[in-house]
Amino acid sequence: MTTLTPTGSPRAARAAARGRALVPPRLLPVIATFALFLLTFGTGAIRYDGFASGQVVANLFIDNAFLIVLAVGMTFVILTGGIDLSVGAMLALSTMVAASALQAGWPAPLVIAAVLLMGSVFGLLMGAVIHHFEIQPFIVTLAGMFLARGLCFVISVESISIRDATFRSIATSVIELPGGITITYGVLVALAVVAVAAYVLHLTRFGRTVYAIGGSESSARLMGLSVGWVKVGVYAVNGFCSALAGLLFSFYMLSGYGLHAVGMELDAIAAVVIGGTLLAGGVGYVFGSLVGVLLLGTIHTMISFEGTLSSWWTKIVIGVLLLVFIVMQRMILGRQT
Amino acid sequence: MISPLSRQLVSRARESRLTWPLLALLALLVANVIATPTFFNVRFQNGHLYGSLIDILKNGAPTLLIALGMTLVIATRGIDLSVGAVVAIAGAVACSSIATADDPSSPAAALVGMALALGLCAVLGLWNGFLVAVLGIQPIIATLVLMTAGRGIAMLITDGQIITVNNDSYARVGAGFWLLPVAILISMSVFVVVGLVTRRTALGMLIESVGINPEASRLAGVRSRTIIWTVYVFAAVCAGIAGLMISSNVRAADANNAGLWIEMDAILAVVIGGTSLAGGRYSLTGTLIGALIIQTLTTTVYTAGVAPEVTLVFKAVVVIAVCLLQSAKARAALGRLSRRSRSRPAAVTSRPAACARPGRDGAAERPEDPTAVPTQKASHS
Repeated sequence: MTTLTPTGSPRAARAAARGRALVPPRLLPVIATFALFLLTFGTGAIRYDGFASGQVVANLFIDNAFLIVLAVGMTFVILTGGIDLSVGAMLALSTMVAASALQAGWPAPLVIAAVLLMGSVFGLLMGAVIHHFEIQPFIVTLAGMFLARGLCFVISVESISIRDATFRSIATSVIELPGGITITYGVLVALAVVAVAAYVLHLTRFGRTVYAIGGSESSARLMGLSVGWVKVGVYAVNGFCSALAGLLFSFYMLSGYGLHAVGMELDAIAAVVIGGTLLAGGVGYVFGSLVGVLLLGTIHTMISFEGTLSSWWTKIVIGVLLLVFIVMQRMILGRQT
Repeated sequence: MISPLSRQLVSRARESRLTWPLLALLALLVANVIATPTFFNVRFQNGHLYGSLIDILKNGAPTLLIALGMTLVIATRGIDLSVGAVVAIAGAVACSSIATADDPSSPAAALVGMALALGLCAVLGLWNGFLVAVLGIQPIIATLVLMTAGRGIAMLITDGQIITVNNDSYARVGAGFWLLPVAILISMSVFVVVGLVTRRTALGMLIESVGINPEASRLAGVRSRTIIWTVYVFAAVCAGIAGLMISSNVRAADANNAGLWIEMDAILAVVIGGTSLAGGRYSLTGTLIGALIIQTLTTTVYTAGVAPEVTLVFKAVVVIAVCLLQSAKARAALGRLSRRSRSRPAAVTSRPAACARPGRDGAAERPEDPTAVPTQKASHS
């Protein structure tokens, strides 16, 4: 890219100046995603009766609460320029551990604490290996994915259903919102995670360091930021998030199974990318990831409303969306870097 | 007294990246022989060779093929996540073409089906190459697009069904025998051809130069764009052949499960074989060993009577162990430990990690940094 600067920079500068007049250019992908979400939802509302109801929106959150949490955790990792392929497997392991611990008679609060601790420690270990031995995150988390999936099957090859009273009551109880809309507690947890993540990323030293590392790791190190601690930390955060998503998923499915959420790490990565976060790191917002998840959820809902469309269209549409966003990002941000 | 020759051999072995993977493979094989003493037996029956070793080679053939393509992609600092989806597409195209042919059991139908499948795979490779080489998108996301959409496309082709075909010529690709299983012959000949083409011509060096520094190699007159394009097409065609093997072995195309996670196995095989994901130097022999390690491990777990799903745990352990052994830092730490125990100057022997990576010594030199950070912090505060 450096060779392009002599000819490309005046135009890029003018484009940037024009962009700055309206919105900062780095917000553009998020705004584009949000606009596309509104557009998709609007299309659905026009095409199908009953699509534009509050409950459909609420269901978007209910059915994707765990994916929102996964995407938030993934945003942290991707912002530092890393990647975590283990989250889907970690989610499955969490459901499995929760289900088997409950079956063994552990009290529900202890199970929840244990699962969250397990996820964080798992992420912490992966982060430590990535940072201290300088092995690519891709490989370490791939091994983590294999390990977590394998451990699920070590616990049991069969699915274990959850019969614990506390879990069942949390899973089935709903909160009434004005207008007869109901949401589950999972939605509240997911939204709380988004809010906390946004606070941490923008208003704490940890979060600012995350952005700094994504921008340039060596610069961050030369600035005296605690790069190692934060790099390991984001994987711990992501491990915590995937364990939490696993708990939400076990509320949602009321079972633990080693084949839960196969390939969900790709959904999470897709949501983060569609939400405007650069895979190179340094640029992106958790709000974008939230909108990315909602956009994917809307597409699922539309395909189920259509009825005649087969499920594989979902995959194709997600692939095309990914492509559109990547090319768009390349055009908006690629020229500046 | 150690003779100079054997000392030289030992030091060469310590410097070689293939030592640890090779030792891991040998350890696995030895463990198998201890568990089942007949493990190395190869029988000759009806003009075919049978035995556990042959099974490992045969079942590992698709992974090896894909891993060969992946090695070249990774050498250019790329990665191809879409190969699993390409496997599914190749099987789907070939089977649906054969099933709808005028005579579904004729060799001509099989040839047309396979040619169509491989042609489409080459197009998919061109697509990946276009995204990476022309649009300059990071390889991991560029191929993620096809990874996500590809399985959908395969299901679109098969209409969500499992298409079964009854064509003996087609079945020969994956399940045929010609003294050895045809699958082994195909993957081995690809291995030899790739080895000859990249190592006996300048192509291998050009690929490495693109991986080490795309910009510099472009300025030096290397057509990096064409090379990147070529390796993605090659990877997709390899995946296509592997897809034909997999689907012809079961005489069916399963868009959902054919080649599921095979891209991960292939990447693991490459990394275990000592090719760095950061691009540059690559080792085809290493990839061969890596693919064999993965397949031997799977076979070992099966013969040991453990639930097949638990293989994943062992796979994870082997991957982490081999990667740690190859990591410059972990080796340095090991070197420090052994030096402390022997307390003799081992400056030369503790450097293999750095020597093995010319041009990227920065990574190996970095250990000083962590100590530098606190002092800087202190001076700031």
